[in-house]
Amino acid sequence: MDLGERLLKGEKRAVARLISMAENHDNEAIEILKNLYKKTGNAHVIGITGPPGAGKSTLTDKLVKALRREGKKVGVIAVDPTSPFTGGSILGDRVRMNELSIDPGVFIRSMGTRGHLGGLSKATAAAVKILDIYGVDYIFIETVGVGQSEVDIAKNADTTLMVMVPGLGDDIQAIKAGIMEIGDVFAVNKADRDGAKRTATEIEMMLDFNKSDWRPPVQKVIAVNNQGIDELLEHIKEHMSHLKETGKLQKKRTENSKIEIIDLIQQKLMQMILDKSSKEEMVNQLAEEVALRKYDPYSAAETVLENMKNS
Amino acid sequence: MDRPIRVLVSKPGLDGHDRGAKVIARALRDAGMEVIYTGLRQTPEQIVNAAIQEDVDCIAMSILSGAHNTLLPKVVELLKVENVDDILVIGGGVIPDEDIPFLKEKGIEEVFTPGTPTSVTIDYIKENIKRK
Repeated sequence: MDLGERLLKGEKRAVARLISMAENHDNEAIEILKNLYKKTGNAHVIGITGPPGAGKSTLTDKLVKALRREGKKVGVIAVDPTSPFTGGSILGDRVRMNELSIDPGVFIRSMGTRGHLGGLSKATAAAVKILDIYGVDYIFIETVGVGQSEVDIAKNADTTLMVMVPGLGDDIQAIKAGIMEIGDVFAVNKADRDGAKRTATEIEMMLDFNKSDWRPPVQKVIAVNNQGIDELLEHIKEHMSHLKETGKLQKKRTENSKIEIIDLIQQKLMQMILDKSSKEEMVNQLAEEVALRKYDPYSAAETVLENMKNS
Repeated sequence: MDRPIRVLVSKPGLDGHDRGAKVIARALRDAGMEVIYTGLRQTPEQIVNAAIQEDVDCIAMSILSGAHNTLLPKVVELLKVENVDDILVIGGGVIPDEDIPFLKEKGIEEVFTPGTPTSVTIDYIKENIKRK
């Protein structure tokens, strides 16, 4: 029985192996996803992002448990950074989700970013499809969680949950572009700490400028004590209902599909160009010359592309 | 091999000291491996389920509590129940020399005791994982 059939039968090892194959750019995984793509699109994909230490994993753990009480099947993809120097990584988000390990209705997978920027791994989109085919009702994607530019999640999720905590900065943070713009639902975690009310107010003030017909709700939670979790989950579900009722879900998914196609084209082209020029050691030679200032990087890039055209 | 080796680093049993496990995790990370760290107080069931979902090449367990003769073989047994035969299982921690033959007989393929240089563990994993 091939991996695709085993996936359709709901075999966890097939899910796990296919995700690995997608991470390792194995063509067999791509072929399987091509055949089964029609079976995707049923799960509600929820992105969870926010600064490191905001409590994304703990919050995910509690939200998943709440959904499990409703009898829903859940997949979790937890992304952690890969070392740019060694290619290694410590994937540690399972530490906060230990009890979920033995729940047969939950599948948790950790992924290293493997050099991809934007807060996700290149294979995250494939992993979402695999879990969707496997048949989960909800998929949580927990991003790396650093900095102000981890916005890829908005292109991969239906609902983006932004987790904030008190005491991270002044109100200028709230009006900067980037990360604060992508939240569909806001959670202010560790709401028992000083400044939680102020943080929530600052987010609300930023949202006053929001022009969309969806006003992102701001929910105070204390994830470790399970406080505010049911309310937060309700907001997440309301967002999905809103997307469906207004026809925005289709629009959003079309937009996301377009981005995915363009990304795949870029990857393919890049691969083709580099495969050819690396065979000829071209890029390495040019890099040396550019570093020695014998040549400039603009012309070097053009030379590589010319070489491609002529082949 | 052009993919990173994935290793589950786990602490079965009830002891609360994971400094050694964290040192190993960091050393494996620096050797270019993807280390899935599960934290303290794991049951064999949790370890096996995590290993399957994470599709790891190796399960590395650190144990200091003296329960190694019970917990480590249990992990191997559960893997067999799940028909998993391509994961390398190794152990480490405070384990008396006289217990090592028993553990190996039960399918723990190597045991690293205190004082083992991390490079020995790294090389062992690289040379003995079952999937290439």
